[in-house]
Amino acid sequence: MTDDHVPPSRVFGAILLRDVTVARRELPYFLLRTTLQPLLFVIIFGFVLPKMGMIPREYTATVLPGVLALSLTLSAVQSVCLPMVQDFGVTNEIEDRLLAPAPIELVAIEKVVAGTLQGVIAALVVLPLARVIMGPIPGLSFGNAGMLVLVTVLSGAAFAAIGLFLGTAIAPQHIGLMFSVILGPMIMFGCTYYPWAGLNVVPAMKYLVLVNPLVYVSEGMRAALTPSMPHMNVSVMLVALIVTAALFLVLGLKAFDKRAMK
Amino acid sequence: MAGAIHIMPAIETHALRKVYPPNVVAVDSLDLAVEEGELFGMLGPNGAGKTTTIGILTTRVRVTSGEAIVAGANVTGQAPVVRRRIGVVPQRPNPDRGLNVVENLVFHASYFGVPRSLAVKRADELLERLGLADKRDAKVEALSGGQQQRLMIARALTHDPRVVFLDEPTVGLDPQARLGLWEILRELHAQGRTIVMTTHYMEEADQLCDRLAIIDRGKLLALDTPSRLKAQAPGDTLVDVTFDGDTEPVAGAARALEGVSNAEARGPLLRVFSRRGGEIIPALIDAGEARGLTVRDIHLSRPSLETLFISLTGRKLT
Repeated sequence: MTDDHVPPSRVFGAILLRDVTVARRELPYFLLRTTLQPLLFVIIFGFVLPKMGMIPREYTATVLPGVLALSLTLSAVQSVCLPMVQDFGVTNEIEDRLLAPAPIELVAIEKVVAGTLQGVIAALVVLPLARVIMGPIPGLSFGNAGMLVLVTVLSGAAFAAIGLFLGTAIAPQHIGLMFSVILGPMIMFGCTYYPWAGLNVVPAMKYLVLVNPLVYVSEGMRAALTPSMPHMNVSVMLVALIVTAALFLVLGLKAFDKRAMK
Repeated sequence: MAGAIHIMPAIETHALRKVYPPNVVAVDSLDLAVEEGELFGMLGPNGAGKTTTIGILTTRVRVTSGEAIVAGANVTGQAPVVRRRIGVVPQRPNPDRGLNVVENLVFHASYFGVPRSLAVKRADELLERLGLADKRDAKVEALSGGQQQRLMIARALTHDPRVVFLDEPTVGLDPQARLGLWEILRELHAQGRTIVMTTHYMEEADQLCDRLAIIDRGKLLALDTPSRLKAQAPGDTLVDVTFDGDTEPVAGAARALEGVSNAEARGPLLRVFSRRGGEIIPALIDAGEARGLTVRDIHLSRPSLETLFISLTGRKLT
């Protein structure tokens, strides 16, 4: 009999190492799935259309933070949500971790941490590629590195928590519905392809989109990467991201517990 | 626990009850005690509450009321401690498909704080013992159903648990794989590990288990060794005696014997229903020999778990 007490931190580390190991093997597929769409957008709206003269060059400054926000959030949501739907709905594979000698919430929190990491990785991959594709971007600055890290990690955590909630709440057969009904509108109304300030022209929409957490990620990226361009008040954005992360973590843990314990 | 004076039961439940919403009683006032080192079986038809009971004992199903102590810890308040001390083999194999065969074991052990070098050593030993050594680096999808089941057993043992739970371990296995699994269970039992298994196969329960709990509709109906349970089965033992000639004259004499509830002649076969088991056999032989007949064959059909189960529940096991 080995040591009877296993510190939760050790269990957490072991489960995280499992996810890192599996994610590393899946990395090419993972990146293809989560960054291809944003990069295609970069090619058309950040390179082809400006070259045609149909969009002003300055638009790239709007697009870059937007696609970063998109890659980050889509990766974080999907990396938690999809395996969880599969695990709980079909294969029951997560069972071996639910039998680990630690509170089962730890398994859920680990998923959120792993999802945050994957979101950050996707953003790190997209940033240089987008910059290369679009060429020089007016107003781009890396002087706000601290803010960039803070926004990236907070956003990753918020969307990984959303992934936890969706992953435990959605039945496997409704996964397609999640993409078209939740993620689709979220992307379009997420201020990814236009700045929030630009919605002054449609005031009702400007306030309606505030329920969409992606808005704060896009605007946070703008505040961090293109601070000279118009962007949402930084404190409002940070508070909204923290509230989103906390709210969905609580909801997600509750839903997880309900799925995991019969 | 060296020097302990009394042996603590490996599992104890008191008035255990589980109700699923809206109002489905899956386990109803269940009192069980499983001793250390016992191979304990739960026998009952599908839907009897066996899987829910295992779920509660393995901390995966919430208790509605009552309590369950497993390996010295309460499943409700001390779930992580219980989990540290048990190994679980699920009804349907659920290996981690992101990992290969040996990784399934090594990572699982790591969740239990087993150091990596020890985990690898143990994993290789287990794969060897369970006949999976040549699949060490294979993907789990490449394993057959029986091999996956054995991988699940290996996984349940990687952290050296005190109590091993197996839920319907042989369902879906071919006869050969089933016998192989029985061998593995006997070996684990011989090592002194406590094993709790559920089954709805009578033969399996009969052959493997030290003691059996017969469960139906969430209730414990009977609990004893397989042979004592069978002795409790009502109805008579069937004694078939084959002679070397027509048994018609013997049948009448047999019916007059004490303890015989009925006897009939079927050519050379004399079929006797006995309330005294095989005790009436000498008298039957004497009766035949008195009429110039010699015994060729004797066959006893004992009251079975199946007959007991039918008498307890009014329905068949499978």
